Amino acid sequence: MNATIALITLRAMLGRRRVWLLLALPMMLLALAVALVVTGNTDTGTAAGVLERFALATLLPLLALIAGTGVIGPEIDDGQIMYILTKPIPRHVVVVTKLAVAIGLVAVFAVVPTVLAGMVLVGDAARLTSAFAAGTLAAGIAYTAVFVALAVAVRNAVTVGLLYALVWESLLGAFVPGARSLSIQDWGLSVADAITSASAVHASVRTPAAVLLLVCVTVLATVAAAMRLRTVTVTGAE
Amino acid sequence: MSVLRLENVSRWYGNVVAVNGVSMSIGPGVTGLLGPNGAGKSTLIHMMGGFLPPSSGTVTLDGEPVWDNPGVYRRLGLVPERETAYDFLTGRQFVLAMAKLFKLPDPGAATDRALALVEMTHAQHRRIGKYSKGMKQRIKMASALVHDPPVLLLDEPFNGMDPRQRLQLMDLIRRMAAEGRTILFSSHILEEVERVAGHIEVVVAGRHAASGDFRAIRRLMSDRPHQFLVRSSDDRALAAAIIADGSARAVELTGKGIRVQATDFRRFTWLLPRLSREKGVRLWEVSPADESLESVFSYLVNR
Repeated sequence: MNATIALITLRAMLGRRRVWLLLALPMMLLALAVALVVTGNTDTGTAAGVLERFALATLLPLLALIAGTGVIGPEIDDGQIMYILTKPIPRHVVVVTKLAVAIGLVAVFAVVPTVLAGMVLVGDAARLTSAFAAGTLAAGIAYTAVFVALAVAVRNAVTVGLLYALVWESLLGAFVPGARSLSIQDWGLSVADAITSASAVHASVRTPAAVLLLVCVTVLATVAAAMRLRTVTVTGAE
Repeated sequence: MSVLRLENVSRWYGNVVAVNGVSMSIGPGVTGLLGPNGAGKSTLIHMMGGFLPPSSGTVTLDGEPVWDNPGVYRRLGLVPERETAYDFLTGRQFVLAMAKLFKLPDPGAATDRALALVEMTHAQHRRIGKYSKGMKQRIKMASALVHDPPVLLLDEPFNGMDPRQRLQLMDLIRRMAAEGRTILFSSHILEEVERVAGHIEVVVAGRHAASGDFRAIRRLMSDRPHQFLVRSSDDRALAAAIIADGSARAVELTGKGIRVQATDFRRFTWLLPRLSREKGVRLWEVSPADESLESVFSYLVNR
């Protein structure tokens, strides 16, 4: 972890229009939660549905995509990463620092709003809110690591990431039984499943396997990103 | 001794060879890397700076490879041509951040020194996004100097500078070289290079074309045969007279005039008006046919 890199990254992420993008999605989640409370739909079934389909399956991957690609992608595209890479700092420190900043942003802009939405809807009935706090945090870490690695490895990381989150996980996951168990979303749901007693929450992968997969994916993605960053060549060379 | 050594370095992208078998040794003092646009200067500097790996050959700084070796940056400073610094930081914040990334014992003092060296102290609290092009260039230089590196690489540093800024930068480069540093900068303008560089390396079409001090390079460049295109009222008579004189190596009668290859440039320019007067030939057009830098450079390569 390098404090200077973290600060520059944070300033870059929060100083521009991107911060509105980061705020827009959680605002929608909270608005939805408030609307449901106002209309009296506060049973655990509805709450689980909102937390699973909106918070975990939509808000979280999109936010992780914005944060994960945003902390390193633009710098590589503009060539400014050069200022970080031409210093006596090991590449994995750069990757881990940026990953940490991205995870922090995901925690603030996805996990916290999920907790707030849950509290507003059902308090912590059936430990639903705690469950989804843990689930979104666990899945969020994995998502972010994958998207950071994507941003280092490919040029249109955002497009590829969207394809993964929307096509693979949401679409295929809904229709192809096998695909479901190969999604970070499901592994996060499995973590939530272990904590909540609500029957509406049910994952297709058992929790110990899910946790293991989350850890593996996170570690592999981080290592891949660090290795790939070593060989990032300057763009825009003649 | 800080010596940057390239040994038989080549770099290709698929079928395109950007740099072809270049070997050179850059030692203390100011070295100018001269060549037309597209010659491979930027590619060479990027390889020297550890941004690009050579496809073959080695690039070393005091024996250590530059590629994939972050530690080398303690002794290397780079001023890239294109990459702009972070717009949202002030000049001071940026240079200070760089100083901290270099793990300097006193980043604040180093920042002050670097800013003073490039004369940016007055604008240090303004955001880089608001700087003029010259100021951005200078803040990039400050960030490259903050750790006091013995080797400095500058990619086309004079691009876009007005004459005053150019003089200031030349002055700065000279001062730093006088402290014993190894400085390499690239340019496609011989006049820029010869004013500052003690030693010049010429690169053309990816090859190392020539090497020497500026006088030697100048001589190489002006001792070539010059081509002229002459249109007159009696091409044939003029051509015969020019050949008879001996200051031209070849004269070609084309439908559009005479093409002369003059080996003695000075004599020919004196000769032509005299000859045309003597023969009663009217000159309609006299134009140099190969004054472009590229043709000069390609002459050097084909020697």
